[in-house]
Amino acid sequence: MTTNAPTRTQDLPNGPVVAALVAGGLGATTIGLMTVLAEASEPIKNALNWWNPAGPLTGKSLVGVIVFFVSWVVLHVIFRGKNANFARAATIALILLGLGLLGTFPPFFTLFAAE
Amino acid sequence: MSISIREGWTVLHGMLFGAAFLLAFAGGLAGLYSLRPDWVTVDGIKERMFRLKAGMWSMALIAWATVISGTFIVYPWYRAQDPTSARSILLANPATAEWHKFGMEWKEHVGWLAPIAATVVAFAVTYYGPALAKKVGERRVLMIFFVVAFATAAIAGMFGAFINKVAPVR
Repeated sequence: MTTNAPTRTQDLPNGPVVAALVAGGLGATTIGLMTVLAEASEPIKNALNWWNPAGPLTGKSLVGVIVFFVSWVVLHVIFRGKNANFARAATIALILLGLGLLGTFPPFFTLFAAE
Repeated sequence: MSISIREGWTVLHGMLFGAAFLLAFAGGLAGLYSLRPDWVTVDGIKERMFRLKAGMWSMALIAWATVISGTFIVYPWYRAQDPTSARSILLANPATAEWHKFGMEWKEHVGWLAPIAATVVAFAVTYYGPALAKKVGERRVLMIFFVVAFATAAIAGMFGAFINKVAPVR
């Protein structure tokens, strides 16, 4: 995804913003994926029950939040000071965000409900 | 005239945090949309950047406060296993069960996308500063993230209001 280093100091490289956008998409997708997996598998649902009063929602949401922040740090280090193909990165980020929306939509995730 | 602690937290979660986020959205979107060099002078862009950054970070923090208070304070009361909890009351009646099966199930999950998307937008606005005015593609993608943050918060807020009307957390 990286193309070239910035040539003008006043032209901010887009790498840090690309990192944040893709990390946001990854966090959203993870919440959607956790929601589907918890619906499909009782053991996974139990494993995501990190705090009983709030149930598996704690694990589903916090795994997504952890993935968001950890992937942001990793991607930020990778893309810091660099320019990336913004159109491609934005497309990936928006697709990931869309997957997150899909995975958290009840008529979709209940399709995977365990019998 | 009195209010219980649970009702107070529900008001804080939905009416103060959630509503503040939704109300601030229009201003934030207008700020992002109109941040164009052909519409605003250089001094004008610099002047409005402080408001835009402060507004975006405030919205991101409010969104985090909303989902954290909702999930870890209000939601345990909603889903308590006793027959008087809001969840039990909704599921006991086939006419109201969908408020939980569809409304609450959607709200509790999709709401978490709002602070993530809002944080990404706040970071990008802060990082680019006035330079964002010249970055058409970046601004467009940030507006999509911002609209998703609003839409997910609106879904969560709307179902929260309806569900609390049908089966209040008390």
